[in-house]
Amino acid sequence: MASDFFIYPEYEVVRDQDRCNLCKVCVRQCANGVHEYIAETHKLVSDEAKCVNCQRCVVYCPTRALKIVKSSNTYKENAHWSGATINELYRQAATGGVLLSSMGNPQKYPSYFDRILINASQVTNPSIDPLREPMETRVFLGPKPQRIERDSSGRIIPRLGPHLKLTMPMMFAAMSYGSISYSTHESLARAAETLGIMYNTGEGGLHENLYRYGKNTIVQVASGRFGVHPDYLAAGAAIEIKIGQGAKPGIGGHLPGAKIVGDVARTRMIPEGSDAISPAPHHDIYSIEDLRQLVFSLKEATNYQKPIIVKIAAVHNVAAIASGIARSGAEIIAIDGFRGGTGAAPTRIRDHVGIPIELALASVDQRLRAEGIRDRVSLVISGGIRSSADIVKALALGADCVYIGTAALLALGCHLCRSCHTGKCNWGIATQVPELVKRLNPEKGAEHLVNLLTAWQHEIKEMMGGMGINSIESLIGNRLMLRGIGLTEKELAILGIKHAGE
Amino acid sequence: MHLSAENLPFRELNERVKAAPGEVQIDNCYGQPFVGSGCKDKSIIIYGTPGNALGAYLDGAEIVVHGNAQDAVGDTMNDGRIVIHGHAGDALGYAMRGGKIYVRGNAGYRTGIHMKQYQEKRPVIVVGGKVGSFLGEYLAGGLIVVLGLGVEEIPVGSFTGTGMHGGRIYIRTKQKLSGLPPQVTAEIASDAEMGEIMPFLAEFAGLFDLDLKQFAFDQYYVLKPNAKSPYKKLYTAH
Repeated sequence: MASDFFIYPEYEVVRDQDRCNLCKVCVRQCANGVHEYIAETHKLVSDEAKCVNCQRCVVYCPTRALKIVKSSNTYKENAHWSGATINELYRQAATGGVLLSSMGNPQKYPSYFDRILINASQVTNPSIDPLREPMETRVFLGPKPQRIERDSSGRIIPRLGPHLKLTMPMMFAAMSYGSISYSTHESLARAAETLGIMYNTGEGGLHENLYRYGKNTIVQVASGRFGVHPDYLAAGAAIEIKIGQGAKPGIGGHLPGAKIVGDVARTRMIPEGSDAISPAPHHDIYSIEDLRQLVFSLKEATNYQKPIIVKIAAVHNVAAIASGIARSGAEIIAIDGFRGGTGAAPTRIRDHVGIPIELALASVDQRLRAEGIRDRVSLVISGGIRSSADIVKALALGADCVYIGTAALLALGCHLCRSCHTGKCNWGIATQVPELVKRLNPEKGAEHLVNLLTAWQHEIKEMMGGMGINSIESLIGNRLMLRGIGLTEKELAILGIKHAGE
Repeated sequence: MHLSAENLPFRELNERVKAAPGEVQIDNCYGQPFVGSGCKDKSIIIYGTPGNALGAYLDGAEIVVHGNAQDAVGDTMNDGRIVIHGHAGDALGYAMRGGKIYVRGNAGYRTGIHMKQYQEKRPVIVVGGKVGSFLGEYLAGGLIVVLGLGVEEIPVGSFTGTGMHGGRIYIRTKQKLSGLPPQVTAEIASDAEMGEIMPFLAEFAGLFDLDLKQFAFDQYYVLKPNAKSPYKKLYTAH
């Protein structure tokens, strides 16, 4: 950074010298090189300019001598030009570069999940206690039959196409090997197997060691087709065509050559050091008819054994697009809202493109029902799911299932420092540096993921029980269980819910 | 085994092709898509016009078309060989990683885009005539050769090699190549560079019964990416 554009460090490392015993754990734990031991003065010092506030040193300091606080250095107060805005401008003036950042949109946009409340039964239609009565959280993703057919002895003739069967309405969202580490992928795969759900390879191929988790794997096909070959397609339980991503709608993926090393290169099947570019457009898809062709070419290549998912970002005319996808032959539509995470995205795109998933979901569900084609597809939504309450609200707004990305990474130790694009994740998640990758133990990681989702599953059962509902199927699209709070008529109309008190 | 594709829906045709061992000959092919998709070890000979996505994800099989092919031939092909005696449509060899495609006639827009190579896998496309615009966009690996046989003008369209960051494109023309994007450098191919494609030119000549001397020793341009990582200077961390 040119000195003309000095930017004061965003954070301060506060070291309590009375507590610090000079053990130097902080030096060893920080891949950004913030901490340094000065032998002459027998002191630990910090270069805060390198700190991303990932909290690794704070967590690992055995004497609790460290904390990271927001710097109090301020520009002259200005309601229009915030310090962050000014700093971003300086960075660009100094480098001429596109601002790059990671994880989901952190800006102050309304969260509709926080303005929706859930119903419970009182007196009539009594609530159900999940501790003493069976509660069904199992979901099936795929088309539902239009009618039931029976044979001459009255038995139902099953005519179901390929489906995904999940023990609970949650799956791990697509995150590619390359953007995240091998340990992270293995943690997700193990947890998915234990839980009876799915994880998603993202567009970076499937590591050969993880083929054995195939029946809990969704394999992704994106425009760059990295690591895509017939055995890969056959390995998963479903195939997802990635059209878009909530964090960067209209923008493709670009894993820089520096991250294409060793097994990442092998799994993507490209040479080490080569850029992995997945442009936003699939240059063989310019219409729903073209999409249908890709859907069916994948079905043909896998003998119609796998459901096909089409993943799009939540954008302005998402309902019309989803209607097209529902007619493309795909069994499942995944919609990713603007809070969705990413390993790297241009900041302006992440923060300004796309729409909230709650509105996108509600409008897609309404549109598909209005057109009488809702049963042809299942809806999976993602982009900012933080808790079981968000999931219950999403299901009642019409989702069949949710993808969990950021929340899963938090369970693995992520502290949301939003610096994935630097490749130096101290928690061993968004990095390919071997010493960092091994910090995440896949066995432990899987255990934490299983803990989180099991807890959420139980909370979902309790909320369902409160509503007097004992099956997820009765919750999906059940908008009567929701009320808005502090929402306008228009917002309520789009969400298809009443206001609290109505 | 002989199959008549007349009045056969594509799904049924493809099921029968997959079920048949060894060599299959399809007669009267009328635009059925996805023929041979994902096939590993068989030989499919087609008379007529197969539909889109012929040989998608092909993984070792051989397909010969006596006629024209349509769009998306060899999409994400991993291994094998596709020989087309007529013309091919758009997006030929999209994201192809291995194997070879030989087209005697012309190919459409977006030929060989996203092709990549990996270790021993190095995909090859040879087009006898000319191709449309966007040839080899985002090219990350492999070889594309455009022969321009019987074509006086430059045998490629606009935007050739945009976003190219690996691989090679060879273009046979007496004209001076111009208007290429900044990611690409173009030079007259040296003898050593010609040596790299000679086996494929010989295979092409053999497949289509042509005289190698009529086209293999003319002036070829070779297009290469001018930086291995063209995008890395684009961003500033934040």
